[in-house]
Amino acid sequence: MSKDRSYQAVTGRKGEIINQAMGVDYSKYESDGIAFDYEAMMNDTGYTLEDHIRIQREFNVGNTPIFELHNLTALARKCAAPGKGARIFVKDEASNPAGSFKERRAAASVYHAKKMGYKGVIAATSGNYGAAVASQAAMQGLKCIIVQECYDSKGSGQPEIVEKARKCEALGAEVLQLSVGPELFYEVLMMLEDTGYFNASLYSAFGVGGVETLGWELGHQFKERCGRNPDVVVCANAGGGNLTGTARGLRKAGCDAKVVAASVDLKGLSMASDVQFNRKSFTTAHTGFGVPYATNPDHSDVPRSAARPLRYMDRYVTVKQGEVFYITEALATLEGMEKGPAGNTSLAAAFSLAQEMDQDQIIVAQETEYTGAGKHLQPQLTFARRNGIELKFGDPAEEVAGQNIIFPAKPSLLKARDADLDHMRRSLIRHQTANAAALTAADIAYLAQEVNRDEDYVRAILKELGK
Amino acid sequence: MAKRNDWVRIHRNVLEPVERTGKLPEDTKKVPLEMWVKGRLVNDSAEIGDEVTVITSVGREEHGKLLEVDPCYELNYGAYVPEILAMDEQLRGVLFGGEEA
Repeated sequence: MSKDRSYQAVTGRKGEIINQAMGVDYSKYESDGIAFDYEAMMNDTGYTLEDHIRIQREFNVGNTPIFELHNLTALARKCAAPGKGARIFVKDEASNPAGSFKERRAAASVYHAKKMGYKGVIAATSGNYGAAVASQAAMQGLKCIIVQECYDSKGSGQPEIVEKARKCEALGAEVLQLSVGPELFYEVLMMLEDTGYFNASLYSAFGVGGVETLGWELGHQFKERCGRNPDVVVCANAGGGNLTGTARGLRKAGCDAKVVAASVDLKGLSMASDVQFNRKSFTTAHTGFGVPYATNPDHSDVPRSAARPLRYMDRYVTVKQGEVFYITEALATLEGMEKGPAGNTSLAAAFSLAQEMDQDQIIVAQETEYTGAGKHLQPQLTFARRNGIELKFGDPAEEVAGQNIIFPAKPSLLKARDADLDHMRRSLIRHQTANAAALTAADIAYLAQEVNRDEDYVRAILKELGK
Repeated sequence: MAKRNDWVRIHRNVLEPVERTGKLPEDTKKVPLEMWVKGRLVNDSAEIGDEVTVITSVGREEHGKLLEVDPCYELNYGAYVPEILAMDEQLRGVLFGGEEA
């Protein structure tokens, strides 16, 4: 008998489908209360940091170089107070086979899928992760389907996403494109059920564990090159896996650098809106993902997300679209490195944050991404202008997402702005306790870990919330 | 006209507006959830707009309206954007030419 394929029926079978498609029984990490055993889930994959390093070496991932950006550092110092302006470094993740750090997340997932006997992998992504999974599936000999949200109801697609579709197909994947809407996950569940393929979720413990190598490499590279740890590592933040994995890897390398999240400020734009879909120029690493996933990590395509960025974040800053495009051009014209705009979100923040730091300190933007037709500031700005977005020079603080893109009229106007981390911590606690009855001591301890604060902090917020 | 085994692109609605979930913005609720995929044509022959079946690159069977035969990408580097050159001139002017930062 064929199964009911209605939306309600398919999403109702989610637990069963995901279990089948990942071989992970998430229920065993659950407690009676709201707490779940995060570290057990992370350690249960069967892959240690050393295993991730070995797998990534075998499939040509990682070991990417770090570059010191001397001219951007000099420019930051011209904008800063005397004695200020940390040395700015970047980790060139674009030199991974498919052009981004995301291949670190794909390698172990594809490896594990193959080991478990799955014939193929499926990933839901409009971003670099698709190319990463497609590349690893090609290398490791599995079939691959990438499901992407690509077009609005007029059939118009972001050039960056269309380029990603091209690249995934070039690497041998089937690309299934959808119009705007969160029901993408319904389609993914049907595909998982129909094909029996592995769910290469961005939020699995394999995926996030794979990014630990990035932080670990950074720690070791700086000890070797500079004889010391960097002071600040800036991570672009969307779903939170990049920051979570990097921070865990830094700790494992004995590196005590502060970890700063950076997202492109798209405040006011709804990510599920058909009309607003093409009024943004950044399809990832923006606040539309960064904030909801930080404050409510468990609404992804797995029951429990391995990406839990509030556990690791020391600070969260936002930058404007015009600022990220500007730093992308600065990287090209002052440093001779042409990279994709979205991958420079952390660099835009680092350029600003460096100006608060002393000259003998070190700040690192921990990624770059590949560039190409569609995925480059010129086609993206052309697309924005054609969609009625005004492009101009001025103070980026005045940029309104969906209406204009404001490039800094001078470099000192590029300013990373602090997001309210306490508000996000409160929001996480509110989300997680929304349906909870009485909270146990274990729940309070768990929430303290979730927000990286002590139990008194959690109790104070619970009191405010009337719990 | 497309013939059997041609590489084609098809389209179909996965969910009609009435079938969409409740948590959507009003504009998105009014439009269907659409899907596009490519594959080899299974039908002996078909015209653009016909309902057809294809086999995708992983070997899945899919169906929908025939949209395009020999689909290709026409991505490019966009139009001239004068602001980009202005950014270059400004950045080099500040770093090397003594202009105000």
